[in-house]
Amino acid sequence: MTITDERTATGIGPRAPRIGESAPRPDGGPKAQGRFAFSSDLFAADMLWGHTVRSPHARAHIISIDTSSAVAMVGVHCVLTSSDVPGRATFGLEFADQPVLAADEVRYQGEAVAVVAAVDADTARRAADAVIVEYELVTPLTHAETAITAEPIHPDGNVVRHLVIRHGEPGPLTNEGVDPTLDGLISVSGTYTVGMQDQAPLGTEAGLAIPSDDGSIDLYVSTQWLHVDRDQVAASLGLPIDMVRLTLGGVGGAFGAREDCSLQIHLCLMALATGRPVKMVYDRAESFVGHVHRHPAVMTYRHWAHADGTIERVDARLVLDGGAYASSSAAVIANAACFAAGPYRVPHAIIDGWVVRTNNPPCGAMRGFGAVQTCFAHEAQMDLLADALGMDPVALRLHNALEPGDQILTGQVIGGTAPVADVIRSCADAPLPDQDSTTSGGVYELPGGAGRTTDRVDVRRGTALAVGFKNLMFSEGFDDFSTARVRVEHGVATVTCACAEVGQGFVTLAQQIVHQTLGIDFVTIAPADTSIGSAGSTSASRQTWMSGGAVLAAAEAIRARIAAAIGTDDITAPDFVRALADNEWDELVEHHHAPTVALDADGQGDAHVSFAFAAHRATVDVDLELGLVKLVDLVTSQDVGRQLNPLQLLGQLEGGATQGVGLALMEEILVADGLVMNASFTDYLIPTIADVCGLRIGAIIEEAEPGAPFGAKGVGEPPTISSTAAVVAAVRSATGLTLPRTPVRPTDIAFGERS
Amino acid sequence: MSELTRTDDSIGGGIEAADGYRLHVNGAAREVTGSWIGESLLDVLRDRLGLYGAKGACEQGECGSCSVTVDGTVVCACLVLAASVTESEIATVESLGEPGQLSDVQQAFVECGAVQCGFCTPGLIVTVHDLLDQMPDPAEHDIRASLVGNLCRCTGYGRIIEAVLVVARRRREGGS
Repeated sequence: MTITDERTATGIGPRAPRIGESAPRPDGGPKAQGRFAFSSDLFAADMLWGHTVRSPHARAHIISIDTSSAVAMVGVHCVLTSSDVPGRATFGLEFADQPVLAADEVRYQGEAVAVVAAVDADTARRAADAVIVEYELVTPLTHAETAITAEPIHPDGNVVRHLVIRHGEPGPLTNEGVDPTLDGLISVSGTYTVGMQDQAPLGTEAGLAIPSDDGSIDLYVSTQWLHVDRDQVAASLGLPIDMVRLTLGGVGGAFGAREDCSLQIHLCLMALATGRPVKMVYDRAESFVGHVHRHPAVMTYRHWAHADGTIERVDARLVLDGGAYASSSAAVIANAACFAAGPYRVPHAIIDGWVVRTNNPPCGAMRGFGAVQTCFAHEAQMDLLADALGMDPVALRLHNALEPGDQILTGQVIGGTAPVADVIRSCADAPLPDQDSTTSGGVYELPGGAGRTTDRVDVRRGTALAVGFKNLMFSEGFDDFSTARVRVEHGVATVTCACAEVGQGFVTLAQQIVHQTLGIDFVTIAPADTSIGSAGSTSASRQTWMSGGAVLAAAEAIRARIAAAIGTDDITAPDFVRALADNEWDELVEHHHAPTVALDADGQGDAHVSFAFAAHRATVDVDLELGLVKLVDLVTSQDVGRQLNPLQLLGQLEGGATQGVGLALMEEILVADGLVMNASFTDYLIPTIADVCGLRIGAIIEEAEPGAPFGAKGVGEPPTISSTAAVVAAVRSATGLTLPRTPVRPTDIAFGERS
Repeated sequence: MSELTRTDDSIGGGIEAADGYRLHVNGAAREVTGSWIGESLLDVLRDRLGLYGAKGACEQGECGSCSVTVDGTVVCACLVLAASVTESEIATVESLGEPGQLSDVQQAFVECGAVQCGFCTPGLIVTVHDLLDQMPDPAEHDIRASLVGNLCRCTGYGRIIEAVLVVARRRREGGS
């Protein structure tokens, strides 16, 4: 059995660059030529195509499933239901709480009920339509607040996690909301809402499963974490993990959408049932219901501050809608709660964090992971507070900005770098765009763009700044590690690591690290698969530190062995170069970050490894009557530790900010009674090239982070955290509206409440 | 167009072009067999002809990932009925550059950081070649107006605009 996967390998990079260079991607050429094999491009001889039968209802009992018509269709090879799952009937990233195929009950629209394999994609699709499922409808539970006390919709209950952070010595509030110790302080409060955002990677879910004669299976798939997929596949197939081998197919973006299993288990079930390779590719509509989304949130805040702007206390109640299954909800609410007050010194706080099950679409990981939601709220609060105090909003932020040695809400002292003030100041001080900067492109540059709807006299401009932060790597005591092997033969280095390259540029970085450490400029990246130990997830801004750290440690181990043999570790010394070229060297390293601990009953503890900070300053033009917004300028400053590849860094900053702009102005999965209303790129809008003009860098703040490889922090998520808050704040500034909800819709502007 | 026959309607779309048909792709005549009559050009290119360069990401003509040219005009292959373009010249991203030898647009995309995950890239490459053929010296807003039908989720578009400007400059300086 052969498949065309040679194009997925990134090959020998011509003259690998060193750390600090703006190195181009080694897989860039094949990708630009259309020769790079994404998981949707794979094929195998005799392969079948799979299709999923999904629930059209948000909540229902399954009365019966009749597969007979589908089975009888010419070209259909198998129709599988829950009774065909030989191993564990459920799966899940943190808790195995979701049925592989629903048996008695469906809990969200799009839940998988059966899978079909047939000779071609269209036959599989029509056979799936021919599976007759009889449902008895149940009123869906779709309101997160109600779900806290409602009848459980799942055996594990509705509350996935209730996390309370009590920080400092917050006194009790009376029924009137008064704590005597807070007498005389300035107080502001508000309730903020974040809609459901989709990761919308351009590549939909896709994979190819190939069975072997010995009952084992190979799965080529686009994912963020090969090993956790493998473990879930093996459990549900009832196979030992060494009989399930996963290889990364080319990944068309991820952003959190690929951290959970989607079609992985289904593909393997069908391949083993039929003895044939099976391929499946979701279409866009199926993708929208086939992966988790960013949690919608309702967040009620109250801040107290002294007249000089010093924050005294923050209380917040956070309610996140996790949808029908747990996914990574427990970790998302932890992030939302831990960073709920923003990168500010807060002596006293009570954060009451909830994430609950409902019959809405399941939510889980998306870039920013909980911190995005609370940043939207805490930054709105900071602007309210500045207004109430009569202070400049930037000055208020600087006055309270966290510094190394300060505590975050969990009582954890920031031991590493925290250049919060530098991030804020450099962003705020960037030159403002010209007042008439909207004229160069004519009407395209007005709100409404090519629609040519806006009259220039109705346009108002606003500018505002927001700042946010989050943790790098996994937290709360999770044993987070990556495994990498560096092998040198005939002067060529090969890096083997299961780190999922999803577009972020790990393949470039691995080449840079090996070149920097050993002086080898021919560096090949082997395909990522499960033949080596786990690299952990490509998420949480963690792969530069974790897998980069593992590659660095393996290369350094080779360097140390050579040094021990020849007496020098100078990679430019002729003896070193000769020793490297004339011998074979092979080192495998498992790299762990410093351990963290679980949060205690008060939500206190050293739960995080490291933190990264970013600020955005947005300038927008708004048509007040039509409610249309045009982003004019978006400046960002970010704390990055050290720049390893300025070009790739820029790509993360611009791309991440753009996703934040999407959440501010257009992106929302609309759900009515549990049903998704806009599962297409016609109806779910992501920013086009016309929507994001004027992205600029204010400053890249470089302070080497202790414990990080080369001092570099992960850079993927911070760009997405404060960009949304900044854009909406700029719209508030332009309009004088409260705008407590994101995304901001035209009606929110045209009919919104004045502040 | 050859006559249509009704085949076993359990397979495919049920209607198959009896003798198949011929497409002219990247300068060569390609026989299409086994295709049902309703198949899109995108599906035929990928699943019948093994040309995987054009990507499917929305099936609605919203994202531009499947951009190819038909008689020199950029189209979304997902919106074109394959059997309707048998008389046309079709060019895909595979016609631009050679393996290991990038076109100037492809080279600039890689150098400028316009490629991240790369899923949207082939469609953008086709579109940018067309843009620069028609408008050798585009202003930034011309680039934005021309590429508004190509969604990219990774880059925020800044490096893509940079790449287009770099190619335009190099072509001017190279005198071609």
